[in-house]
Amino acid sequence: MSGTHSHTVAFVRDTMLPEQDPPASEVGAVGWMRHNLFSNWFNSILTIASIAAIYFVLAAVIPWILSPTWEGTSLSNCRETLAAAGHGDAHGACWGVIKERWIQLIFGFYPSHLYWRPIAAFVLLGAALAPVLFSDKVPSQLLIFSALYPFIFPWLLWGGTIWMPIAALAGFVIGGLLFKVLSEKASTLIGVIVAVATAVIWWLFLAAPVAGIVDSILPIGIEAVESRKFGGFMLSVTIGVVAIACSLPIGIVLALGRQSDLLIVKYICVGFIEFIRGVPLITLLFVASTLLNIFMPPGTNFDIILRVLIMVTLFASAYMAEVIRGGLAALPKGQYEGADSLGLNYWQAQRLIIMPQALKISIPGIVSTFIGVFKDTTLVSIIGLLDPLGLSNAIRADANWNGIVWELYGFIALLFFVFCFSMSRYSMYLERKLQTGHR
Amino acid sequence: MSTLTDPPKEQFRLSMLLYDTRYRSGTIQVIAMFGFMLLAAWLINNTLSNLAALGKPIDFGFFSEPASYDINQRLLEYTSRDTHLRAALMGLLNTLVVAVLGCITATVLGVIIGVLRLSSNWLVARLMTIYVEMFRNVPVLLWIVFVMAILIETLPAPSAFRGESPEATMSLMDSVAVTNRGVYIPEPLFSRSLGDIHLLGQSSLRFDVSLDLIAILVVLGLSLWAAHRVTLRANRIQEATGDRPKTWHVRTAIIVGPMLVLLIALGFHLGYPALKGFNFQGGTHLRNSLIALWLALSLYTAAFIAEIVRAGIMAISKGQTEAASALGLRSNRIMRLVILPQALRVIIPPLISNYLNLTKNSSLAIAVGYMDITGTLGGITMNQTGRELECVLLLMLVYLAISLSISAVMNWYNEAVKLKER
Amino acid sequence: MKKSVILGAMTFAGLAAGAASAGTLDDVKARGKLNCGVTTGLVGFAAPNANGEWEGFDVAVCRAVAAAVLGDSNAVEFVPTTGKTRFTALASGEIDMLARNTTWTFSRDVDLKFEFVGVNYYDGQGFMVPKELGVSSAKELDGATVCIQTGTTTELNLADFFRSNNISYEPVPIETNAEAQQQYLAGACDVYTTDASGLAATRATFDDPAGHVILPEIISKEPLGPLVRHGDHEWGDVVRWSLNALVAAEELGITSANLSEMAAGTENPEINRLLGTEGTLGEMLGLSADWAKNAIAAQGNYGEIFAKNIGEDTPVGLARGLNAQWTEGGLLYAPPFR
Repeated sequence: MSGTHSHTVAFVRDTMLPEQDPPASEVGAVGWMRHNLFSNWFNSILTIASIAAIYFVLAAVIPWILSPTWEGTSLSNCRETLAAAGHGDAHGACWGVIKERWIQLIFGFYPSHLYWRPIAAFVLLGAALAPVLFSDKVPSQLLIFSALYPFIFPWLLWGGTIWMPIAALAGFVIGGLLFKVLSEKASTLIGVIVAVATAVIWWLFLAAPVAGIVDSILPIGIEAVESRKFGGFMLSVTIGVVAIACSLPIGIVLALGRQSDLLIVKYICVGFIEFIRGVPLITLLFVASTLLNIFMPPGTNFDIILRVLIMVTLFASAYMAEVIRGGLAALPKGQYEGADSLGLNYWQAQRLIIMPQALKISIPGIVSTFIGVFKDTTLVSIIGLLDPLGLSNAIRADANWNGIVWELYGFIALLFFVFCFSMSRYSMYLERKLQTGHR
Repeated sequence: MSTLTDPPKEQFRLSMLLYDTRYRSGTIQVIAMFGFMLLAAWLINNTLSNLAALGKPIDFGFFSEPASYDINQRLLEYTSRDTHLRAALMGLLNTLVVAVLGCITATVLGVIIGVLRLSSNWLVARLMTIYVEMFRNVPVLLWIVFVMAILIETLPAPSAFRGESPEATMSLMDSVAVTNRGVYIPEPLFSRSLGDIHLLGQSSLRFDVSLDLIAILVVLGLSLWAAHRVTLRANRIQEATGDRPKTWHVRTAIIVGPMLVLLIALGFHLGYPALKGFNFQGGTHLRNSLIALWLALSLYTAAFIAEIVRAGIMAISKGQTEAASALGLRSNRIMRLVILPQALRVIIPPLISNYLNLTKNSSLAIAVGYMDITGTLGGITMNQTGRELECVLLLMLVYLAISLSISAVMNWYNEAVKLKER
Repeated sequence: MKKSVILGAMTFAGLAAGAASAGTLDDVKARGKLNCGVTTGLVGFAAPNANGEWEGFDVAVCRAVAAAVLGDSNAVEFVPTTGKTRFTALASGEIDMLARNTTWTFSRDVDLKFEFVGVNYYDGQGFMVPKELGVSSAKELDGATVCIQTGTTTELNLADFFRSNNISYEPVPIETNAEAQQQYLAGACDVYTTDASGLAATRATFDDPAGHVILPEIISKEPLGPLVRHGDHEWGDVVRWSLNALVAAEELGITSANLSEMAAGTENPEINRLLGTEGTLGEMLGLSADWAKNAIAAQGNYGEIFAKNIGEDTPVGLARGLNAQWTEGGLLYAPPFR
């Protein structure tokens, strides 16, 4: 094209040259590698070292994983299979143990015909959490279900008469009604005190007998399962969920107490929080396993899993209190002042203005506290509960599987990883979502 | 100025305790206090009556009884005839050792990994992400037993070093033996040792102080002070004349020279481990349990520290980096001189709370048989004496004391580096 | 405070159940279940199988007691306990009896306020070493690394043994038998010490059991037996005589095979008294007349339990040794049922 004008203007080009391809070293796989892997000598060394590390790890692990031992019935049987399959040096996993025991590792000793109950409980847990976690995608009517769920969850897991959770629920209704009546007739403070006191008395002394009486008249219930039957991964999840659910209200109270102007209340809360955060969970579990019965009235006795639940709940509430305190501190002061200027009293302001926002900001923190508590539930194996890690020892005490190490640890680690990783991804997603909401 | 009339004197009525905001907070506090004390009294009462029923009144007398068990890693001299108190002390020292070692390693690893996660190298950044996610999402207890299992299963037993053509050999010119019982490294010995001072006589808290160590520390301190004087002099000369005299060789000589003389005078030499009987003898023995715990805690905590470091670096606005490169600084200098000093302010508080977590997690030593305070006081002592209440309470107090001291350091640091806002 | 309530309600339901501790026997009957403390897992003595059912020598004792009291050998809740938690679990009433290869010692009996009701296994602490070490006596172990299970009397015996023989050693404390075995097999310790029964049980599961020897020294007496809380003598009697019934049954030739035949009545008055066709022994204990029959029917007599769980035909492969009947040179000697 340019040739037609060449005799008039010798050196001005009036048309675009067609775009040339960039040099081969800058695009495609090669260019990408130059940019991202070998941009300078230091990066090149790092890349080569990384590739070598990946190679060595995979070369050791993959043949081990790809081991034809899913049908193994004992460790020696696995070794024979491996030798027959030509895996040198019996180097290979013995997956038979996982095949035989995975149900036990997940459900513990829960009666096998009732497996649907924990499954239902955890599926419904998702449904109950949905309105809280994905508030923009789920109809808010589900919130009623969420409010009822704390009563459904233990009933599904532990079973027994349906009147027990209903009696527990009744405590709230009684307390709520009393509060409503008294706060109109007398003061809010009297209302709170009387309502709480009545509800506590109801739960402590009346709920169980009343539930018993109603049950004897109209027995509705499902098969009861003792908490001793809980084990494996299900035990970890149960401890984690119950501890977090129970610690949330306690944590809110502690956080408010820590921020309050009431000196005595503040110091009690600070003392509690700092004490719990200052000692390792394992010492609290020692308390659960050896001392909690000593602290209770003589003759009291409740089983170890409930005691562990109590201690882990206390543990989680101290951390929860700090998370919520962070949420409260992150709220702009204008919100408090706005609430005051509207003439709301302390509890109204907390309920209508402060808490909804503070809790929303705290959700990522709550999720990561949950992950932490959930991981820490493995510590219960040290006091003899059969969580996945404790079960792995019990399984290794079976003459068939004595000597198995990596398969069990690997399986347990994988279970925890899948669970915690998805939770932490969710929490990050939430953080991003919340951030845009606040800027 | 306007004149103020006294507000009408109000008669105090009982109902004002509830309705008047001036008194109401007092009422709430009194109720809270009352409830709290009631709860405490109830717990203490229960405890006392239960203990009376069990026939085990609170009694710390068992601390002066002989412990009757051995502890493998002991920083002070200890035998099974020593008291339970001394056994607890050994445990406490072991806790502190693993906590300090763990914090140092975790910090180093965490900083490296955190920086590498931001690397422009795609592969390395991905690998580090995998590392962080892998360690953060699996319980630390599992990591501890995992690392222990790896050490036991993959390293050679001491017997592999035996024979004409051993399967395993010592590394670093026959000075270090890596076995599945631990790592044996050379130990410093003094052939003309000055001896020890024994402190606190025969009590359970007795300890020895090595005079050699004191001598070395004194000499080191003195020479550092002298070297500092040289630097100051150089500064003065620079201010006066504009020329800075070269002092590094003088300072090196001041620091190294006296130390060499002292070491020769004390007859310093290294004691190498050697295979004798069942085990390697001589040298310092870093036990498997220590290494497993130390490594697992460091790797686990490093994953958290890496995230903190990354967040800290990303919190520094990009303008800082750009300004620094506009000044012509190279990228490692930008990191060292501009980014890190600012990032540290964001990094340090969560870093210290991770140190706290590491220290508390060191109580999981029990899983690998490392005799920390949970293993001695909260383990064998509790088990042999049956004094659960005393042992667990004391154990909690010890950890609480450690935690509170770390928090105190954190608060002090926060005050010190707080941005002085005007 | 919403969700914590359920927990509170439940704990207090449990509280109401536990508060009425008039006598353990009545409690167990009212509950319809025996709470029995066992180990978290020791080959041959107690371990859950794939279906979650507990099996083993100690487990069989629990089942026999449950059968004697409740007539159902499956009416047992097995509470796994560690060396650390076992005594508090018993003292606090969480379990009714503890059958967790626990050594009967003076201080446990007197100071910790427990009552050992008998001995179901006479044991002693021994040492296992790989054959290739060429060690033939524990006194040659100077400088050796020794794996011990913590939370037992083992570590005390060990310290005493090495101290009295004036030889040094390096203790490696380990929480569970499985981990100890792992360390020992990998050569992380030269010697594994625990009760001789545990050594045999552990060795049985090795790839090459012949490559390991159990040294001749038995450095301690370890009478292992079930125990109950101090002070509740009725309950103590029930557990004691259930155990004795198992031992006596073997001596008298009562097996699970001929049990129903014998229970119909025999020429031997002691068998008749034991099985409840004569006399009122069951009534004296507060149990049904066929209590001992049920206890024996659960898993067989002592000899059968032994043979089934830890005997020479099992992987554990223990010989009867001290645990033979007194008539055969052992120490098992059930007092007469009269």
